[in-house]
Amino acid sequence: MIRALIMIFALLMAGGAAAHKASDAYLTVDRNGASLQGQWDIALRDLDNAIGLDANGDGEITWRELKAHHAEIDAYALGRLRIASAGETCPLKVSDHLVDSHTDGAYAVLKFVGTCPQSGPTLTIDYRLFRDVDPQHRGLLNFVESGESRSVVFSEETPVRVVGGDSGGPLVQLATYVHEGIWHIWLGFDHVLFLLSLLLPAVLIRRDRTWQPGGSFRAAFIEVAKVVTAFTLAHSITLSLAALGFVSLPSRWVESAIALSVVLAALNNLFPVVAKGRWIAAFAFGLLHGFGFAGALKDLGLPTGSLALSLAGFNIGVELGQLAIVALFLPLAYVLRATWGYRRLLLAGGSTAIAAVAAVWFAERAFDLPLFAALASVR
Amino acid sequence: MKGIAAMGSAAFGMAIIVLTVYVAGASAAPYVPTDDAVVLERLPERGDPGLRELKRMRAALTATPRDLDAATLVARRAIDASRATGDPRFLGQAQAALSQWWTLPEAPPSVVLLRATIRQSQHDFDGALADLDRLLRANPRAAQARLTRATVLTVVGRFVEAQSDCRQLAAVTTPLVAAGCMAPPTSLSGEAELAYTSLLQALDRPGTDVGAIEWALTLAAEIAQRRGDTVAAEQHFAAALALDPSDAYLKGAYADFLLDSDRPREVLPLVASDIKNDALLLRLLLAEQRVPDQRDAFAAHRAEMAARFDAARRRGDSLHRREEARFRLAVEGDSRGALTLARDNWNVQREPADLRILVDAARAANDAPTLRLATDWIAKTRLEDKAVVAALAGTR
Repeated sequence: MIRALIMIFALLMAGGAAAHKASDAYLTVDRNGASLQGQWDIALRDLDNAIGLDANGDGEITWRELKAHHAEIDAYALGRLRIASAGETCPLKVSDHLVDSHTDGAYAVLKFVGTCPQSGPTLTIDYRLFRDVDPQHRGLLNFVESGESRSVVFSEETPVRVVGGDSGGPLVQLATYVHEGIWHIWLGFDHVLFLLSLLLPAVLIRRDRTWQPGGSFRAAFIEVAKVVTAFTLAHSITLSLAALGFVSLPSRWVESAIALSVVLAALNNLFPVVAKGRWIAAFAFGLLHGFGFAGALKDLGLPTGSLALSLAGFNIGVELGQLAIVALFLPLAYVLRATWGYRRLLLAGGSTAIAAVAAVWFAERAFDLPLFAALASVR
Repeated sequence: MKGIAAMGSAAFGMAIIVLTVYVAGASAAPYVPTDDAVVLERLPERGDPGLRELKRMRAALTATPRDLDAATLVARRAIDASRATGDPRFLGQAQAALSQWWTLPEAPPSVVLLRATIRQSQHDFDGALADLDRLLRANPRAAQARLTRATVLTVVGRFVEAQSDCRQLAAVTTPLVAAGCMAPPTSLSGEAELAYTSLLQALDRPGTDVGAIEWALTLAAEIAQRRGDTVAAEQHFAAALALDPSDAYLKGAYADFLLDSDRPREVLPLVASDIKNDALLLRLLLAEQRVPDQRDAFAAHRAEMAARFDAARRRGDSLHRREEARFRLAVEGDSRGALTLARDNWNVQREPADLRILVDAARAANDAPTLRLATDWIAKTRLEDKAVVAALAGTR
């Protein structure tokens, strides 16, 4: 008993005098567009601790013993490092094995390469090396891009970090996120279809239970401006709240509700319930779509150092993308508004098609049914 | 790193040559060895049956991670290993062994005690105290928890509470351990003589536990040193070292005594084989700095020390602030940097050595507010420490 007491006591006294070094690994990731190049220095002692390198048990690790374990080391290490871009994992492959020394001993050096299927402004790195055998292990990342480098530390408390998107100065960064915002609205069909559903009747007037061509361009423009402004204002609010972490909703719920909003907007053109105050509907549903944008932005990742700038950039991008759609839509719709084709084919047919597609999205998202995927595989 | 593990047995001069080669090689580019048989790394368990057994036990534990007895045994052995070698990797292994229970507030008492020990060695004193409070609420007679809490409270400068723990510990332990518990908080709060004579009385009937005797002798030596009784301090240090010549804490304390007594040459053989230990490398470096014929060794060790502090900073470690402050002040002559480190350190721990570097750095940097803070602390605690008082007096 006393013996044990003293052990503890002496340890306490040693306290800060403890030395050597705790377990660290040194990771370098160099990004150039979608392609990644990296180097990972991992202490032989730690690898031996995790997977056993000292085959003959003599307490020494030779180059022969290390070479014999290269495949095992690659699988072990890469299995605990996930680099993702725009929400998609970038597969990594070890390209070379070397050896180096750090202050506390010899390290295995893994050179690796990878290509991201989707390039985005940031990389999300999930690092869990040695989590189970030494929770005090830390991964010291040096992220290099466009000649700039930045240090990040992974620990048990912070295994996931977002890097990138903050090189090249504020203007470059703003431009990057504006660009992402534009593409997101153009490729996010649910948002475009929702907007179109609201805009299609803007050049018409509901009279005697039928759609009539509207009068002046000015009236149509004001109607469109009201809808777009309300939609923009609403989704900017929720996008900011969600991106800054003030509000969080389950993404399945959000995505299902967005699909439902598209269905409702399209049905409203066929069986009008809301005719005059479409901007109110645009605002209410816009709140929902903001959460959807936030989900996409989360996949892209926000650089911690300049969150506000990136968020503003993304939002501006979404608005620009939206304005481009409106700029294209409004003159065309105005010119065609009196035609049979516009009212029957585009408004009625288009709205029916939109409602149908969105209903399938809703079923897929709400009930986790892979409907479109099933159709694709039948073909 | 080649050769460093073997250095313990190597001749001192030889060690320096190997080290110089190593430091030069630290910045070399990664390479592919040409010889399959080349030894890249020597593991700590090489030539250490205890560590080999610990490795086997850890391997066995991976098959039965929820086996509480096996897990706490591994953790205890790993903590002992970290203490014996000064290697913090063993603390990580101890934590891993307890991972099944680590995050549970209501973990089994044996786990909570070990968790407190690991937390305090990472300088998470609040976390350690929370664990110990919980243990002692459930079982006021838990002797280990009581002693550990007294020690942590002393380290953070809460002497009255530490003494209260030691009084309660006296009912459940030997007179020597009780006196050893009481000596630090008592000697640091105005009753150095009382603490010292109580320790010596207890040492008159020491019992058979060599570890307890060595520990008490070390405490006696430190108190004597603070009171300026160098003759008694020397005797106690010698007696303690005779019982355990490899105790890293004791060696560090004795090295500091020798440095203060202007006997740097005697530090060299004392810690020459301990350069893996940052704290002892620092003492070696401080001694070499003052011995003219050690200039080459000093240059090599200085680079090595700087590299280690740099590596610790990169990982975000703040465990070595006291040592780094001494390094910055005495070796690098950076009084401002030293003062920043010493102040940050003082906010966490309040041992005499922490006050000493705080005062030394504040004097060098001519920082009146910090010196006033130190003067106030001494007035408040009635600390008796000749070296600190002399350093403060020199400023007026």
